[in-house]
Amino acid sequence: MQSLILTTTTRLMAALLLMFSVYALLRGHNLPGGGFIGGLIGATAFILYTIATSVSEARAALRMDPSNLAMLGVGVAALGGMGAGFAGEPFFTGQWLFLFQDGDSYVPLSTVLVFDIGVYMAVFGGILTLVFALEQEI
Amino acid sequence: MELLLAITLGILVSTSVYLMLDRNVLRFLFGLVLLSNAVNLLIFAGGRLTAGAPPLIAPGEYAPTGVVANALPQALVLTAIVIGFGLLAFTLALVYRTFMTLGTVNSDEMRIAEPMDDKDPGTGKPGPGRADPQHPATGQEAGL
Amino acid sequence: MSWLLVYPILIPVMTAVLCYLFRNTVAGRWISVAGTTALLLASLMLMSEVLDQGVLAAQMSNWDAPFGITLAADLLGGVMVVITAITGLATVIYSLSEIPERLERLGFHALLQTLLMGVCGAFLTGDLFNLYVWFEVMLISSFGLLVLGGTREQLDGGIKYVLLNLISTIMFLSGIGLLYGLTGTLNMADLHLAVRGVENTGLLTTIAVMFMVAFGVKAALFPLFFWLPASYHTPPVAVSAIFAGLLTKVGVYALIRMFTLVFDQDVGFTHTLLLWLAVVTMVTGVLGAAAMNDFRRILSFHIISQIGYMVLGLALYTPLGLMGAVFYLVHHIIVKANLFFVAGVAKRIAGSTDLARIGGLYAHAPLLAFLFLIPAFSLAGFPPLSGFWAKYVVVKAALDLEMWFVAGVSLAVGLLTIFSMTKIWGAAFWPAHPDGIKPRLSDLPVGDRVALMLPIVALAALTCIIGLFPEPFVQFAERAAGQLLDPTDYVTTVLGVQP
Repeated sequence: MQSLILTTTTRLMAALLLMFSVYALLRGHNLPGGGFIGGLIGATAFILYTIATSVSEARAALRMDPSNLAMLGVGVAALGGMGAGFAGEPFFTGQWLFLFQDGDSYVPLSTVLVFDIGVYMAVFGGILTLVFALEQEI
Repeated sequence: MELLLAITLGILVSTSVYLMLDRNVLRFLFGLVLLSNAVNLLIFAGGRLTAGAPPLIAPGEYAPTGVVANALPQALVLTAIVIGFGLLAFTLALVYRTFMTLGTVNSDEMRIAEPMDDKDPGTGKPGPGRADPQHPATGQEAGL
Repeated sequence: MSWLLVYPILIPVMTAVLCYLFRNTVAGRWISVAGTTALLLASLMLMSEVLDQGVLAAQMSNWDAPFGITLAADLLGGVMVVITAITGLATVIYSLSEIPERLERLGFHALLQTLLMGVCGAFLTGDLFNLYVWFEVMLISSFGLLVLGGTREQLDGGIKYVLLNLISTIMFLSGIGLLYGLTGTLNMADLHLAVRGVENTGLLTTIAVMFMVAFGVKAALFPLFFWLPASYHTPPVAVSAIFAGLLTKVGVYALIRMFTLVFDQDVGFTHTLLLWLAVVTMVTGVLGAAAMNDFRRILSFHIISQIGYMVLGLALYTPLGLMGAVFYLVHHIIVKANLFFVAGVAKRIAGSTDLARIGGLYAHAPLLAFLFLIPAFSLAGFPPLSGFWAKYVVVKAALDLEMWFVAGVSLAVGLLTIFSMTKIWGAAFWPAHPDGIKPRLSDLPVGDRVALMLPIVALAALTCIIGLFPEPFVQFAERAAGQLLDPTDYVTTVLGVQP
């Protein structure tokens, strides 16, 4: 499909969607959001790009086979669960690290976030694998 | 409210069973989609319907205040929806590929893996149950 | 210690990730071999710990039961994981020779490892909804394996397999929903206690039957087995072997688990129903096999008839019956996977699995003929092989309850099994090949010969060991059956309190 309006707005929209997907991923632990939803929003950006241009251009923009990304995400998620092993706790127990603690403000890092990033990658890659395959077929 | 939900469930299930009785695989698949939605609603109803707030904990609190909805069935339904989505997407792709390869979505004609090579001994015609290659079952026969 | 329960799930998932990333290189298949070996070691460690300390349980994420996901291993769960690893390793080695590079590039090994993860997860989980999730993991990877390559037969068989299994899944899920509505918990140990307080026992029995249908489809119980003979002979042999060995047994395992731990309220109804289903399953399976003329299709029907014996053991619901069911499960996985492997080698050297179009295997490949006889006789129940003891215990359990008819049917089915095995022997091994081909093992390249024959020899040896030294295995099955019938240990370990 060739539409000047769509291709022009897609440049802006895709960037915004990708940024928003990271925002949704990061706020996900205590508020609505998280890896799954973030991954879906991120995939939407590339789906929009696919509709505006073509599958081959979207693949080139992704620079990586989406199915590899999905499997890598599964691995990262499992690694996030394994982090608990170093603290001698059961699988998937969240481990927290509070950096730059200064009164009430700090940067919380956790294995839960690693897990969420893995889920993000898995969903993002999985959905795009599916969409690219179907788009190419039909 | 629960009665209404139960009636909705009943309608959904009966519709899906009707669809699944069809020999068109695509209709069968639509029946499955409906049925999986019905089951998701069933789990939701299994957690009891309450007029509660979303089970979110306000900042600074350690437990939700006031009446909140049961979060567990929602988590179960969410998981079931995600899994169901994956399975149905796969199945749809499989049906599409099957149609492209075999040229049919009629389950009576899908006999490649289990060929019926036994002829009726009296007439030499194909035994019952075999799709007649001269007169393939069409949509009209299936009542479409 | 809780990590021992996690390894059988964690190792396959990590192996699957690596296999997929390296699927285009030779490294992929060797990662698969190494990962499955590691899985076998981990499962043996788990087993020895379970033998040592009794039931093990681990609370994922440190959420206490019954709120979080619990992994638990009793003797039955432990031994099933070990057998899964053994079958998995045999399949991976066999597939080194059988699976063409084209399928490896599509991610064959990653799918296989995901399947192993799903099966191990299903055996280890102590949570009903988690069991559903593992079933799905198992299903989606089995769908992928079944249609990988996409030939006409595969797609045709695959679509029936997929659609019928989806119905079973949905049935399972609605059973879960109703059970949660009734009891408010999904932890299996907690359910064991919770169902005792349920007043609406009629609804509970209804739910039990829903579970019976759901697991019955997976286990290929009469009258829900039609997907199995429609699909199991279509994929590559390595795939049908692991399906034949493991997938239906997960259904049987789930039946045993649920109908000893949770649904033991209305035994008079549910277990009697299971008993008659088991008898009819045995008979239909073996009669179906008698009508078939294809190596793998005969074997597929025999899976069904053997499932009948296992469910019969459960349905008798005596210590001896359950002991027979456990013994039968273990024995049958080894034997059935092995028979499919033999069918695969026969296809490779003689050119087909259609019995009318092969022959001469006894004259030109006597080793293969000998290795076919071991699992075939074991399947039919000849002493002193493993199948004899398995059948003996189940039939003895039926005789102890004075169920003469049931015992008679199971013996007659054993006879008909011999008939099918002789049919294979009389068509594939004994006469000369119709096309004059001389099917020799030595015509295969050395590497292929090792990869194909090693799993067959190893599994046949295992069958002989179980058959010749049944004492420790029988004792083990007895202990496992005891744990199933009196799950106090299981419940206390999982919940961490006295019930």
